[in-house]
Amino acid sequence: MTAHAPTSPAFKANAHRALNDPALQRALGNVETGFILKRRKAADKLPEFEALRDSARDIKNHTLAHLDLYLEAYERKVTESGGQVHFAPTAADAREIVAAICRRVGARTVVKGKTMVSEEIDLNAHLEAIGVTPVETDLGEYIIQLRNERPSHIVAPVIHLNRDQIETNFRAAHADLPQDRDLSAPEALLAEARAMLRARFLAADVGITGANFLVAETGTSIIVTNEGNGDLSQTLPRVHIVLASIEKLVPTLDDAAQMLRVLARSATGQEMSVYTTFSTGPRRPEDPDGPEEYHVVLLDNGRSAMLGGEFRDMLRCIRCAACMNHCPVYHAVGGHAYGWVYPGPMGSVLSPSLIGVDKAGHLPNASTFCGRCESVCPVRIPLPKLMRHWREREFERHLSPAPVRYGLGVWGFFATRPRLYRLATRTGMAALALLGRNKGRFRSLPFAKGWTATRDLAAPEGGTFQARWRAERAKR
Amino acid sequence: MVSSQGSRPRVGLFATCLVDLIRPSVGFAAAKLIEDAGCEVVVPEQTCCGQPAFNSGDRATARAIALEILDAFQGVDYVVAPSGSCAGMLKRHVPELFAGEPDLERRAQGLADKVHELVSFLTDVRGVTKVAARFDGAVTYHDSCSGLRELGVRDQPRKLLETVDGLTLTEMKDSDVCCGFGGTFAVKYGEISDAIVAKKAANVADAGAATLLAGDLGCLMNMAGKLQRQGKTVRVRHVAEVLAGMADGPAIGEPEGRS
Ligand code: SF4
Repeated sequence: MTAHAPTSPAFKANAHRALNDPALQRALGNVETGFILKRRKAADKLPEFEALRDSARDIKNHTLAHLDLYLEAYERKVTESGGQVHFAPTAADAREIVAAICRRVGARTVVKGKTMVSEEIDLNAHLEAIGVTPVETDLGEYIIQLRNERPSHIVAPVIHLNRDQIETNFRAAHADLPQDRDLSAPEALLAEARAMLRARFLAADVGITGANFLVAETGTSIIVTNEGNGDLSQTLPRVHIVLASIEKLVPTLDDAAQMLRVLARSATGQEMSVYTTFSTGPRRPEDPDGPEEYHVVLLDNGRSAMLGGEFRDMLRCIRCAACMNHCPVYHAVGGHAYGWVYPGPMGSVLSPSLIGVDKAGHLPNASTFCGRCESVCPVRIPLPKLMRHWREREFERHLSPAPVRYGLGVWGFFATRPRLYRLATRTGMAALALLGRNKGRFRSLPFAKGWTATRDLAAPEGGTFQARWRAERAKR
Repeated sequence: MVSSQGSRPRVGLFATCLVDLIRPSVGFAAAKLIEDAGCEVVVPEQTCCGQPAFNSGDRATARAIALEILDAFQGVDYVVAPSGSCAGMLKRHVPELFAGEPDLERRAQGLADKVHELVSFLTDVRGVTKVAARFDGAVTYHDSCSGLRELGVRDQPRKLLETVDGLTLTEMKDSDVCCGFGGTFAVKYGEISDAIVAKKAANVADAGAATLLAGDLGCLMNMAGKLQRQGKTVRVRHVAEVLAGMADGPAIGEPEGRS
């Protein structure tokens, strides 16, 4: 596995490639139908769903307002239960902390549950570089690892693939698989992966999981999965490392229970995920199983800087993926086009904060502001508004492309001077109307190529409304 | 000039720049509907709601335009726009532009409180339950995003359309999904915009109605442009044209004499 540099600056080229990839387009059809319908049904079945979204937002807002206190409380509880919390200001720090633990315990194999933070810090490449073999145990992540790719979705990592593509990868990796073995059902793939992974679980020295929530009251980390791989990753190996970012905190177990009620419904339309696993510290003498060592690596990586600013609302995100599931741009280009770890609307706000707006500047611009993401976000993050804030930062820093700035400048000059605007538009529209009179529309206009390359553009009727209105009223 | 008309509410028609420049007939249809709902219509000198600047991150220009609008629309009881997008800008976002400037913010909020999208103004404010119009044939209706999600416009146009003589409403699949217009997005990210509108065009065509309606000219031009490039025969109009009984001129992007 090689390290993944962001390709977000090439968003337009990425999107072009995605739009012309028939296999990808076929696979993306599943997002539009499956997730949306399931979420709708789950939400409709729960009368208090909208109220739950409000309280989920409030719980997160409260936590963020007192994050320092809750982080301290959490650390205290983890320590009391025999675990250890490591604060990692940057991605490099987090990688180094994990590597140091692996070195100290002489780890050769690490099994991993699904964690996007691991993607964020590019952990696998780093582990391999120090001679440790990371093994992804979530089925989707397992396939991603076979393909040496990035997940294209934060909940369903292989949503960009079709079943036949996955089967090809499987047959290549599982060389002893009989050719006539039927792999058409997802369950068959899961069974295959499980058989392969079982030995890995037993051989692993370290298990790494993410966390959906960290509970300050008890020092507990919570993960939700549908395959149970997370449980095995954190109970079988000698050492368990929880890799999580600081905004995963919630104050109490009750709060966590509230958040869980909106999470699965928003993500997959399930009432609850199949497995919800709580872990608090290492194995106690009376426990039947569990790790000998329990570590939590808490990643900041730019988040505490967001706390004090206009992107703070983004830290409420619980990574349910509802925003991307409902995004027409995501549906069109898929997750890889965004060029970094977090795709879709949440990524378009978060990525510029984490890797810099100079690299991720396209993302907050590549949105129609249709608002569907905000309308489904379980913690009510105003995603379009936050994307607009990034556009403002870009505009201030003169990062927006020159033609856009120039065009806006000319337009703004007229739009703020109504009389001049009236004069200019009257002649401009009259000329265009004359040009377009025969057909009623244009097939090509030099200043609107982005439009007319694929669409006709309606010609003006002729005369502006304001001019015609005044002329007609004068006759009365 | 319009003289004062007793107790009839005075409505400032915010025509929107696209209607002003591209399709003035929508402005006349809107004016007729507002007058039929018992109001007096005035058209203060205006340019644009400032959304292209606002959504491009240029707050200073958006703010300057907003100040013009605050002055121009003083003294009206309502501000009505035949566009959910422009009404949403004036109602939801203009006050944001003056956050931290109490006097201006109060003025902007005062304006915002008076702003309505055309069709929801007719039904929700003026209590209009039916229109006196005729339009023969099947139509399908696209929910433009800002009107739908910022202003809650969904049932209002459908209810009024059902009272148009001769008209039948045929719903398309995913009528509430974006058409891919997104203002400057349609040009800046033309290829993605086109992929989105292509899906919309397919849903429109599958609905089998001869006419496509919506409440926002930007979306309408986008969808009309795609349908026409594909050689589809679906006619595209602003919903106000049909509700006002003024749908006898050429449809959007159609030449004179082919209505
Ligand atoms: S932004 Fe909202 S909808 Fe998107 S992943 Fe985060 S919580 Fe879910």
